[in-house]
Amino acid sequence: MAELLQFLFSGLTVGATYALVALGFVIIYNASGVINFAQGEFVMAGGMASAFLVAAGVALPLAVVIAVVAGVAIGVALEKFAIEPARRAPVVTLIIITIGASIAIRGLAQLLLGKQFHTVPPFTGDNPIVIGGATILPQALWVIGASIAVVIGLGAFFSRTRLGKAMLATANNRRAAQLVGINVRFILLLSFGLSALLGAVAGVLISPITLTSYDVGIMVGLKGFAAAMLGGLGNGIGAIVGGLMLGLAEALGAGYLSSAYKDLIAFVIILAVLVFMPGGLFGKASTERV
Amino acid sequence: MDRARTLLGHRHGGLGFLVLLIALLPLALPNRYFYDIAILIGLNAIVCVGLNLLIGFAGQISLGHAGFFGLGAYVSAVLSTKYGWPSTVSLVAAAALVGAIAFALGRPILRLKGHYLAMATLGLGIIIAVVISTEERLTGGPDGMTVAPLSVFGFALQGEAMWYWVVGGLMLATVWLAFNLIDSPLGRALRAIHGSEVAAEAMGVDIARAKLLIFVVSAILAALAGSLTAHYGGFITPGKVGFLHSIELVTMVVLGGLASTYGAVVGAAILTALPQLLTVFKDYESLVFGVVLMATMIFMPAGLVPTLARIMGRRR
Amino acid sequence: MRSPVLRALISATAVYAFAATAATAEVEAPTIKIGSFLSVTGPAAFLGDPEEKTLKLYVEKLNKAGGVIGRKLELIVYDDAGDSDKARTFAKRLIDQDKVDVIIGGTTTGTTMAAVPLMEQAGVPFISLAGAVVIVEPVKKWVFKTPHTDRMACEKIFGDMKARGISKIGMIAGAGGFDRSMRQECLKVADKYGITVVADESYGAKDSDMTAQLTKIKSAAGIQALVNPGFGQGPAIVTKNFRQLGMMMPLYQSHGVASKEFIKLAGEAAEGVRLPASALLIAEILPTSDPQREVVVGYKKDYEAKYGSEVSTFGGHAYDGLFLAVEAIKRAKSTDKGKVRDALEATKGYVGTAGVVNMSATDHMGLDLTAFRMLEVRKGNWTLVK
Repeated sequence: MAELLQFLFSGLTVGATYALVALGFVIIYNASGVINFAQGEFVMAGGMASAFLVAAGVALPLAVVIAVVAGVAIGVALEKFAIEPARRAPVVTLIIITIGASIAIRGLAQLLLGKQFHTVPPFTGDNPIVIGGATILPQALWVIGASIAVVIGLGAFFSRTRLGKAMLATANNRRAAQLVGINVRFILLLSFGLSALLGAVAGVLISPITLTSYDVGIMVGLKGFAAAMLGGLGNGIGAIVGGLMLGLAEALGAGYLSSAYKDLIAFVIILAVLVFMPGGLFGKASTERV
Repeated sequence: MDRARTLLGHRHGGLGFLVLLIALLPLALPNRYFYDIAILIGLNAIVCVGLNLLIGFAGQISLGHAGFFGLGAYVSAVLSTKYGWPSTVSLVAAAALVGAIAFALGRPILRLKGHYLAMATLGLGIIIAVVISTEERLTGGPDGMTVAPLSVFGFALQGEAMWYWVVGGLMLATVWLAFNLIDSPLGRALRAIHGSEVAAEAMGVDIARAKLLIFVVSAILAALAGSLTAHYGGFITPGKVGFLHSIELVTMVVLGGLASTYGAVVGAAILTALPQLLTVFKDYESLVFGVVLMATMIFMPAGLVPTLARIMGRRR
Repeated sequence: MRSPVLRALISATAVYAFAATAATAEVEAPTIKIGSFLSVTGPAAFLGDPEEKTLKLYVEKLNKAGGVIGRKLELIVYDDAGDSDKARTFAKRLIDQDKVDVIIGGTTTGTTMAAVPLMEQAGVPFISLAGAVVIVEPVKKWVFKTPHTDRMACEKIFGDMKARGISKIGMIAGAGGFDRSMRQECLKVADKYGITVVADESYGAKDSDMTAQLTKIKSAAGIQALVNPGFGQGPAIVTKNFRQLGMMMPLYQSHGVASKEFIKLAGEAAEGVRLPASALLIAEILPTSDPQREVVVGYKKDYEAKYGSEVSTFGGHAYDGLFLAVEAIKRAKSTDKGKVRDALEATKGYVGTAGVVNMSATDHMGLDLTAFRMLEVRKGNWTLVK
């Protein structure tokens, strides 16, 4: 029982990160139809910025805030300078642009912050908490807790604020949203900023546990994308469930089946789900205009 | 648009130009290093032309083609080096095996659309990469394995000069094959599917069969290129099987121009040669590469070849 | 410029200056070209980055001191990002295009092995900076290497375990080449030391949590110690997870982790961890009688002064590679590739950061088990285990 609990803790912690990244993918996709391959770099930016600031002597809470702001700035800059100039281009081209952006951001990070690994001090200490025979780090509780808070906040934003509703409207039907006077270009900017916020927050939360370096974005972006697809692209709840499921599949696969093949197990599960549910777990049956 | 098409000559004009280019290029190549780049361009072009058929013409995306590439490479490598099969037989066997796998897995996967298909192919590519990397006893694991040279009828293919002609010829054959496919009933069916699957189906096109066929063809081409790369280099590692390489291949196709066979070749050429040119930037290499990629796509969203064709067509 | 006389004077000076530089350029001897392909970015950046920095630092230093055999050194470095195909292309570029005299590089076994056939074919002395034993076993005419082999690391660890009465162990390795290769070697030599492996887990290169694997290991019957072949991020996380789970058994890391960065990254969890490493890591506490003391203290000072970060044994391997080549060129009194190769093979008693090197026709690495010291982390610092 203690073993299972340990696997669950491990899976949930990692899964929460995937969920945040997946949400980021979904928000941008909903607003623009683009898969932002630079999503993982927002995570990297959050983690690396906080590591750098703390090493330079900035107090942890301030460093975290600045790091998140830096992440958002990168997201907004990405939209303004790379996506907007190409907004009439086909979706595939936009995806390649985000790929170019992720390479450029990584290159910049490597230049400014070096290629070594860095560590960030945990928010409330390092002593593991024992629950039911399994241990969990306080930082992991921060990851899970903050993720829940962020999701609830997002939910409130989308359902109760005008801006949030405007975003949903744009996602639903861009033309119609424009017709009712929503500034669609601003919504797009906002969506990138929001995604970057999610990514940077994930990065800042997880770096004390997993260390950070200039290229952590690649794998995290890949897993986040997989989680978003698993849950059904375009669906926020799907992204969260997808992220958690992916994390759990990895941990349980490593624990009960084979640690060498745990990535394989996770992707086989994803493939199987997609084959039987072509729209992902929560994907709606889409109607295509003929 | 039509003027541009005939200008680039999707028939004999363009192909002739390509033949001339390949025949005369050696005069400009001063040493083995340049031959090496040319050969690598040719090998990448073979994969990209096939991938372009899938992405550009049929409108299906694959983020897992490095898996087919790698599978072709490793199967041929293992059969020829570990089991002593003659290398030409291993090459063909590898292509056949990959084709069979693509056929078997293609049916369920191709039912998916858009980004879901992307994810499924991505997953497939990763699964292949993990298996290859983990089965160390067979594949040498992440440190790679040595590969026996390719020998045709007992005559070993060694040296850049020989390989240049072999790869050049095969690339021409691939381009020629692509053109024939595009102009065939299958090609028209694919373009119809790209336009609208529902409409195509309404017109009586067997979309499942058409998509599967082109998926298998592009997989076999990737496998072939993979096997050749393995035998040419004499060494192979799982690096080339990973999803980053898959993404690199898609980037080559889009950069050159979707639905443009020459575009696929140009894209392959540029993305293979660019890192070599960018070494002057040293630490700035990644940054410059990323910026160049972004800028090219922002200013030429349709890809290099279609944009250039349009400009030239307009000039006339 | 109005005055024709002034103009003429200036042109004459310019022509004279140009002629002077052209003349001196002809008189000055051609540079010794040292080629290198390293994984400065990518999954092995942890190794490649200090290697590049070290080479640059010492080529500059040697040039300031007048060069080697009266000629300046020219360093040409390419970044293969851990891709073996790129490595091979860059090796070709170095040999055919840049026409280098000697190559020091190949951060990983994969990139090294991909380039080896080229070196053998072209007859260029190649000093590899990678770890696997397969690079020098079987011995290849033109290929040498500076790092200890992974088999030696296993033997050092197992030797220490035997002395502590440990016989049942677990292994947890990453998915990288270094990790898998060392794990294989350890499995091969375990019997010789009476060791049985009762748990064998692995993790992905970029994994952030190994508690699942460690939980499985924890419950393996009779397990007494854990070995973690790997480098970079993975071992640091394994070590942290290890403590988080409250595991008290001895934990052995590999020489891949050999840098104070590991202690920084793993924090308090690193306390009590043992690993085999070269004398470089304990430079300050080496007794003055130790033959390596001067070299390692000097390297540590130079590197840390220039770059402000901790030394690592990987940079040390590049240092050894460079100076082995330089010494060989000095002894051969030329850059003739055949003569340099012969001189390299005849290296005896070279004191480097990794140990004392004695090469021979059958040994192109030159180190023995004494080159490895067993270290333990105590109070955030390395200490020597007697």
